[in-house]
Amino acid sequence: MLASNVLPSPLPMHIPDGFLSVAMALICWVLAGGVVGVSLWRSGKTLGGRQVPLMGVLAAFIFAAQMLNFTVVGGTSGHLIGGALAAILLGPWAAILTMTTVVSIQALIFQDGGLLVMGANILNMAVIAPLVAYGVYRGILALAGERRWGLFVGGFAGAWLSVVVSAAATAVQLAFSGTSPLGVALPAMTGVHALIGIGEGLITVGALAFIAAARRDLLQQKGKPVQGFVWAAIGLAIALIVTLFAPLASEHPDGLERVAENLGFIDRAQDSPYEIIPDYVLPGIAEGSPMATILAGIVGALIVAAIGFGIAFVVARLRSRTVLQESRE
Amino acid sequence: MHIDALDAYRLRHSIIHRLDARVKLVLTALYILAVALTPEGMWLAYAALAILALIAAVVSRLGLGFVYKRSVVALPFALAAVTVMFSTTGQPLLTARVFHWDFAITDTGLIRFFGIVAKSWLSVQMAVILTASTPFPALLWAMRSLRVPKVLVTIVGFAYRYMFVIADEVLRMLRARAARSGVREPGRRGGGSILWRARVTGGIAGNLFLRSIARSERIYDAMVARGYDGDVRTLRPPSIQLGDIGIGLAFGVLVIGIQILARWTW
Repeated sequence: MLASNVLPSPLPMHIPDGFLSVAMALICWVLAGGVVGVSLWRSGKTLGGRQVPLMGVLAAFIFAAQMLNFTVVGGTSGHLIGGALAAILLGPWAAILTMTTVVSIQALIFQDGGLLVMGANILNMAVIAPLVAYGVYRGILALAGERRWGLFVGGFAGAWLSVVVSAAATAVQLAFSGTSPLGVALPAMTGVHALIGIGEGLITVGALAFIAAARRDLLQQKGKPVQGFVWAAIGLAIALIVTLFAPLASEHPDGLERVAENLGFIDRAQDSPYEIIPDYVLPGIAEGSPMATILAGIVGALIVAAIGFGIAFVVARLRSRTVLQESRE
Repeated sequence: MHIDALDAYRLRHSIIHRLDARVKLVLTALYILAVALTPEGMWLAYAALAILALIAAVVSRLGLGFVYKRSVVALPFALAAVTVMFSTTGQPLLTARVFHWDFAITDTGLIRFFGIVAKSWLSVQMAVILTASTPFPALLWAMRSLRVPKVLVTIVGFAYRYMFVIADEVLRMLRARAARSGVREPGRRGGGSILWRARVTGGIAGNLFLRSIARSERIYDAMVARGYDGDVRTLRPPSIQLGDIGIGLAFGVLVIGIQILARWTW
């Protein structure tokens, strides 16, 4: 029973070789290499001798944690990818190095993800996911002040959004490579991972709850609250960049139109439960113009972010109200 | 079950197992790059590259069954490329009406799809041969001598060393959870909600994290006791042999030759 999902990642996000164009693969290598280089340099300043075995063992921990699952309904189960948990527990730079280690071992030993496209897999799962998760988590934590719910709301929102945004990045890369039209890849990837992300968020929150109860000291943030907002801005910026690239990703725009014709994509898009903005265009702006698609992408990202921050504000209100009532009583 | 069984290395006595790890790593990368650069539709070039992988599989004595069985690992991802059959402009070969949508499979779309699947399948074959014929420490050392940052290679090495240990730990925790859980008969509702189950799983993950940190501290103390000062000392690597260079050059010429022939002759 266990053997099937031991060690190789159980989730469909590792791109194999052949699915990305060489140009796209090389661009991703450059981007991923740059960020990993920066995090090596950043953590080189703080990495004592003690940190090297720590990060190795924690990469092994992420591997093992990916084997954990829980039954959702029927045969489906919720899994953990771990990018968000690593970012929250270790900070962004160490998390990038840890997740890079996980992704490279998955590719090198288990052929889970290709070698030429490893840059893209590192970018999606080891760079974008931890940065988005950490940004959202720190943002919500800063809103919550010192209160406990910030840990859980921030952990859930960060974990969920990290999975969805890295799935979107995967879809964008596939579309740029001419492997799958964006109109199909983006809703499919983000849709599936919006569900997977719920499992990720729940397990992440469960882990944070346990650690908050057992070892509260490991969750103390060293940075100032202002830094939290800076990280939130970085996380949101990455989400925005991914959506900005989206409309440019169609190598053959006529191909996309053809899908629309053949598949009736426009009708389907409106039926799709994952669509926030039908057909990725905003009303009032000429349909099909790149501007409209870019605007739609930005609005989509903002809506997702707003939902996260909205929940945070509502919870904050409710909390302060109950505190007021309690103090009155 | 012991988790070591999942290690990808298969000990055999073959030329490929003895080949210098640096040469193997570079050749595998070259092969995968060549496969990626081969335009779709040049089936002769694909066939030649497939024969090259076949020869490597036979010479490595890993067994064709083993290599081909392991190489299907990436095929499920082909689902991501299925739509390319419909979305590429070209001569429609097959049209079907599903509800009110017209699906048309075009000739160029079909070629593109099979090209993608073939590329991914060939690349995985060579990667399987690389990891099954090279012990992971040798691969790490090859990465190190190809100028991958030292800290990163050391972390990857530690992760590999403790991956199986911690996976064993998680298997124990999962066994403990199973031992304390009931088996639900079909049609009967289990106790506890999805949220509760997720929290339990999260608790296991959190507990595993604490145990991992404690373990890494123990490891560090033991390492310091044995002279660790931030630098991992390994045996001096063997210098590259003439035979290794010869095999490397021959393979490289074949791969590049196939590219040249495919573009200008076939």
